[in-house]
Amino acid sequence: MAQIFHRSTNFIARFSVFSAIFLIGIALVAVLAVARSPYMTRQNITREQPVQFSHKHHVGDDGIDCRYCHTGVETSAVAGIPPTKTCMNCHSVLFNNASYLEPVRESYRSDKSIQWVKVHRLADFVYFNHSIHINKGVGCSTCHGPINQMPLVFQANTLLMQWCLDCHRNPEQVLRPKDQVFNMDWKAPDNQAEIGAELGKSYNLRTTAELTSCSTCHR
Amino acid sequence: MSVEQPPFDSPEIRRLTPVIGPGHTFGSVTDKISSIVLTRPTSLGWYIGFLIAFSLMGVMTVAIGWLVIKGVGIWGINIPIGWGFAIVNFVWWIGIGHAGTLISAILFLLNQKWRTSINRFAEAMTLFAVACAGIFPLIHTGRPWMAFYMFPYPSTMGLWPQFRSPLIWDVFAVSTYGTVSLMFWFVGLIPDLATLRDRAVKKPLKIIYGMLSMGWRGSARHWHRYQSAYLLLAGLATPLVLSVHTVVSFDFAIAIVPGWHTTIFPPYFVAGAIYSGFAMVLTIAIPLRKVYGLEDFITMRHLDNMAKVMLATGLIVAYGYFFEFFMSSYSGNKFDVFLVQQRLHGPYAPFYFALILCNILTPQLLWSYKMRHNVTVLFIMSIVVNIGMWLERFVIVVISLTRDFVPSAWGRYSPTFWDWATFIGTIGMFVTLLFLFVRVLPAISIAEMRELVAETSEEKK
Repeated sequence: MAQIFHRSTNFIARFSVFSAIFLIGIALVAVLAVARSPYMTRQNITREQPVQFSHKHHVGDDGIDCRYCHTGVETSAVAGIPPTKTCMNCHSVLFNNASYLEPVRESYRSDKSIQWVKVHRLADFVYFNHSIHINKGVGCSTCHGPINQMPLVFQANTLLMQWCLDCHRNPEQVLRPKDQVFNMDWKAPDNQAEIGAELGKSYNLRTTAELTSCSTCHR
Repeated sequence: MSVEQPPFDSPEIRRLTPVIGPGHTFGSVTDKISSIVLTRPTSLGWYIGFLIAFSLMGVMTVAIGWLVIKGVGIWGINIPIGWGFAIVNFVWWIGIGHAGTLISAILFLLNQKWRTSINRFAEAMTLFAVACAGIFPLIHTGRPWMAFYMFPYPSTMGLWPQFRSPLIWDVFAVSTYGTVSLMFWFVGLIPDLATLRDRAVKKPLKIIYGMLSMGWRGSARHWHRYQSAYLLLAGLATPLVLSVHTVVSFDFAIAIVPGWHTTIFPPYFVAGAIYSGFAMVLTIAIPLRKVYGLEDFITMRHLDNMAKVMLATGLIVAYGYFFEFFMSSYSGNKFDVFLVQQRLHGPYAPFYFALILCNILTPQLLWSYKMRHNVTVLFIMSIVVNIGMWLERFVIVVISLTRDFVPSAWGRYSPTFWDWATFIGTIGMFVTLLFLFVRVLPAISIAEMRELVAETSEEKK
């Protein structure tokens, strides 16, 4: 009786068992890696905006405070996008003929908002509140990165839940004195662990259990 | 077959009810079992049965499809009854699976020869029942595509599953059970697949069975390794018989809901699982031996033994029911006492009495030798017990959830059309898989039957 299989099928059988395990392993690792990659998180990717507004120029070079435009940041959940009128406070006299500011002037004339492209997009089921973070000493640059060096704003962090929890589990690593919250160049001092713990106490920070409770962020 | 009861465990009873019919040789055993798969023409009855089962499976597909579109609101569940049919059916199916593992692993380790001719299809039944069971918690989540959240993998959320929750233990228990059962079944199949490969005439069949038999040549070294592997897997599967349904019972016992929060749940769930499992093995074995003329292989001895196991586990379950009553009154906990009263007088009391009838009263007939040797009675009994065990899970899930601590949290539950469609659909899937299994794989282990022929012929000498 002729053999059904050639001798070489022994090798093929062993090889395919091995490679099946190997390939499934690779595929799983790849899925986990892609989920963390900028492709999924949009970290470090600049967005094209209707007006090429430069935070580097306005914050870094001119030294305008964050709150001049983002007025709601200390008191409400959202920091707020400024109305065109805020731009025109200066640009009615500065660069008032520059062609790249035409969309701003057009918006002012027609009373239609500029459609800025949202960069930091959180999932709808997250109840993020800017004011509580600002008032408990979490600086702007902790989450948004060095905005004063960004010609076009990109997302400096992953915004993954893992990343949120990194701070909520150990808040003392990022807490600043209140007067440093809007300082873009703040660096953690060497004894940040001690200072942070002290600050946490003085801010009446909740316990880690409360900060990491599901309903703190998901309601 | 004589219906007068001979003295217990005498040579006479062995002669009257052997584990294999007289006059069989290696060749006749192999011919008989492999012919069902290879040479026997597929009967019209098989096609009709398969078509009915497959249509029911189609109903399940539609029901699940509609569920995915609309969400779990199409079922009868709502606060306070969040569990309903999905969990009732899950526990029922998982329980049914247990007999397969008990027969294949525990009876193997205990060297019970009568397991030989029933272990293969009992294991297949286990796998198919676990497959049906697995569907329910999956679709009960409402978003089955997110079910991977329950596995501990390094997620971008920086969280692990809640390891203190018995629902997560369930995931591990059931997936381990499914994997080990599948391996055990497949390893047991390898020598038989080689037999089919050697006996197949058509080239595609030779190639398919050849690939599945993984190069089995039947050499002494192969047998040596095969037997060690089989023994190891039996050892691995044995604790699972006890652990899986124990963990399933924790889903209830860990909760503080009245009627669930009792320590008797694990042993009484395991006994109930084996009870319903053996009932299902009988439900399958009786038509199988009839249709394919396997009375020589699945003898009255097998049916008798399975009936005895049913009787024994049924009594353990009855003990469990009794102690639920006793413990609630002994503890004096007013919520527990009230719940037990609700079983007798509440809106679901008819279910409870039906359960007592099916699970405790009817099986008492099995004390009689005559009844155990009446195939029709056994078949009906097995179905009654299956219904009874389903009712038991219904009573546990629904009565406790509808009668919580505060009257304002009370409610009523009734299944909708889609509940029934999903449940009946999984029965369709189970039967479809069984039909396919009987058609393409040897329903009885050929290799082990040959071993049995060798052993029984030695006994005669």
